Amino acid sequence: MFTVVRKSGQGCHAEACAVLEGLGKVVLVGNPNVGKSVIFNNLTGKYVTVSNYPGTTVEVTRGKGKAGGKEFEVIDTPGMYSLLAITEEERVAMSMLLDERQEVVVQVVDAKNLQRMLHMTLQLIETGLPVILDLNLMDEAEKLGVIIDAERLERELGIPVVPTVATSGRGMEALKERISSYRRGNSLAFTYDEAIESAIRNISAMLSAEYRISKRAMALLLLQEDPSITASVREDMAGGFTDVQEAIHQAQSEYTQPLNYIITITRQRVINKIIEKATRTGEVSVSFNERLSRLTTSPIAGLPIFLLIIYALYEFVGVFGAQFLVDFLENAIFKEHINPLVTKAVTSVVPWQVLQDLFVHQYGIITLGIRYAIAIILPIVTTFFIAFSIIEDTGYLPRLAMLIDRLFKKIGLNGRAVIPIVLGFGCDTMATMVTRTLETKRERIIATLLLSLAIPCSAQMGVILALLAGSAKGLGIFIGTMAAIFLLVGYLAAKLMPGERPMFYMEVPPLRWPKLSNVFTKTYTRVEWYFKEILPLFILASIMIWAGKLTGLFDLLINILSYPVTWIGLPKEASSAFLYGFFRRDFGAAGLYDLKNAGILHGVPLVVSAVTIALFMPCIAQLSIAIKERGLKMALGMAAFIFPFALFVGFLVNKLLTGLGVVL
Amino acid sequence: MKLSDEAEELLEQLWINTYELNQALSSFKDLKTGRDEAGLKELQEEEYISVSEDGMALKKAGMKEAENAVRRHRLAERLMVDVLDIKKSLMEETACRFEHLLHKEVEESICTLLGHPTLCPHGKPIPQGRCCRESARTAKSVVSSITDMKKGTKGKIAYLHTRDNKKLQKLMAMGILPGISIDVRQKFPSYVLKIGHSQIAMDEEMAKDVYVRLK
Repeated sequence: MFTVVRKSGQGCHAEACAVLEGLGKVVLVGNPNVGKSVIFNNLTGKYVTVSNYPGTTVEVTRGKGKAGGKEFEVIDTPGMYSLLAITEEERVAMSMLLDERQEVVVQVVDAKNLQRMLHMTLQLIETGLPVILDLNLMDEAEKLGVIIDAERLERELGIPVVPTVATSGRGMEALKERISSYRRGNSLAFTYDEAIESAIRNISAMLSAEYRISKRAMALLLLQEDPSITASVREDMAGGFTDVQEAIHQAQSEYTQPLNYIITITRQRVINKIIEKATRTGEVSVSFNERLSRLTTSPIAGLPIFLLIIYALYEFVGVFGAQFLVDFLENAIFKEHINPLVTKAVTSVVPWQVLQDLFVHQYGIITLGIRYAIAIILPIVTTFFIAFSIIEDTGYLPRLAMLIDRLFKKIGLNGRAVIPIVLGFGCDTMATMVTRTLETKRERIIATLLLSLAIPCSAQMGVILALLAGSAKGLGIFIGTMAAIFLLVGYLAAKLMPGERPMFYMEVPPLRWPKLSNVFTKTYTRVEWYFKEILPLFILASIMIWAGKLTGLFDLLINILSYPVTWIGLPKEASSAFLYGFFRRDFGAAGLYDLKNAGILHGVPLVVSAVTIALFMPCIAQLSIAIKERGLKMALGMAAFIFPFALFVGFLVNKLLTGLGVVL
Repeated sequence: MKLSDEAEELLEQLWINTYELNQALSSFKDLKTGRDEAGLKELQEEEYISVSEDGMALKKAGMKEAENAVRRHRLAERLMVDVLDIKKSLMEETACRFEHLLHKEVEESICTLLGHPTLCPHGKPIPQGRCCRESARTAKSVVSSITDMKKGTKGKIAYLHTRDNKKLQKLMAMGILPGISIDVRQKFPSYVLKIGHSQIAMDEEMAKDVYVRLK
């Protein structure tokens, strides 16, 4: 999905860069969801998140690999469909071709869709870069009866071709061997219509600066009006660019369709000839997988399947994780063993009550901060990420995206936004980062707002599920309110913010059985990232509460907060939970959990407090990512809307429930 | 005998006046023609029209010929707009010249290629040809937009038609290109298309610009 833990983009750590400096670079490129990240893992022995949906890698990942006794720096890039970049990730991938000095570029393709994939192969050959074609997913191709003559393909293209099955390691040795022994050969050359060829000649002659890729490829990208290439050449040439523009217009005037279309169709003809020579396709019957796949996208079976998945998720995360595991860690481990033990140790060593309070007692670092993190948050987040990784690897999410697209259009998003939104149920911080895969600024803003407001993360959701476990009615009210707010705020945001209508298009990958080892490592990396993110915050919060109590600031804040808290019909004691809620809403929810156990919070106020805290900004980390991705003004604007709005909704829900005389 | 271009134009105008403006008799002024024009003489010789003091009217023999001329003109316009993507300003003139070159067989295949359109780009009806009536009987047109295809039908992509370059680029990135086999798996809630061995989901906005030659 994304790889914050890794050194990414330009901002890689100094010491790590030093190790990689001077090594030859192997850049992995290719369509989304063809297994680049698995190849990367195989080449480097490092772990990058791998999943079964397009657009998993949104940043560049670097690692060190060894092939034929030589060390290489391996670079994994976000998926791209063509050298003409449409989305932000594609531009990131393209920049790796334009700016890095590569020893070899490995294009990873989905062997079963070779005809489609070869477009980029031809584009890469035109760039003059040293290309190796990796026919990955050979097992899937074979199952479908697609037979590829790799040697013939190699002769036709004039570049090394290696068939692989990255997940099982098949062909990986051969790939390494071809990388280390790469020799430039005579690669395929083909021509376009005379009008285009003459434009290429003219433009190439005008380009005076040196580029990583061939002038022919640059000219072709200019003719197809690639925005970033056009901008950079315009900058390089200054006044001379008008001649280039003239040549482009000249070529355009020869055709009634965009040059992009004409050029692609010419490539298509070249590809068709190659495909005819190098591949054969047998007939295969409709498999079980195929049938299941059709069911998941059908509108009639789709809904029950979706509900079934939600139910399974609830049983696993909400019941097993948030109730059983939390109860076990909380009561059997912390309350009975760790807390008494640590309290005894601290009180015997440290004589001063004030210092004791820093570590133990009601708000101590260990008894509050670490206990919340380990006993309440950890089991919930872990179970959620296990479930999420399984769902992700089956390839279900794009199916959900296509089912939900129409609904999402109503709130200014499109089906594609399903990925950040569903991920938000895991961690809103991660999800906010992933909103950059959305195409328009408008969609990115709406998605960020909805994540910040109405999508409770797994930690919080888990605590809330545990809070409301006893009352089906209460849980129903909670879910209904959240869903209504999600749709209402989305609808209004879409109405208020003008912009182009989002378009939905997405590849639907085949359903695949999740691999246990992959699910495990993926969960591990995510939980590790999450834990590193929250633990310091929880400890910091404990310290701040301690300091606040010492100076009286804490009591002051609680006193101030007690006004809105009582205003929405909650007992005064809930103020402290709301104060935590400003740091992290799951922390706040965990505070409510303590209040419920103490018998202070129940019935209507319990539901009201759950709804209100669930609508708070997720946490400090999410806010900082929102600032980074959307800008300071936008992020603070959202915060200024969200907190009062959350309290207002709490007020309404309270009035409504008490007014209707609902007993929970 | 093949009519001259002028005669054909005249015939078209007469047909439009007769059938679309309900004006059985057209004056010379209406048609901007003189009594002694060659085209007029030609039509008279063919017994397509009758000429009197006040003007001229279509004869029965000329009706069919006139209808076909209108049909060719409007088909030519559709071709200019849908497939060749010629600017509207140029369309009229080009279509005028083009229509005279359309032979019967060519006319039918163009009509088929365009999916037996019923309206010209200006929104006026295109008279039906034999091919349209036949296709109506078999209840399918040969080239149609994905949005008009039934779930479960297969075909080969004929052309993409959009002025939006970004959209075109997205469609092509998904492998949607002329000549590629396509299978419409699903139409609701989103379109699911099988292309080669992959499946692509998209909304109606994108699907409507893809035209498919049905198998």
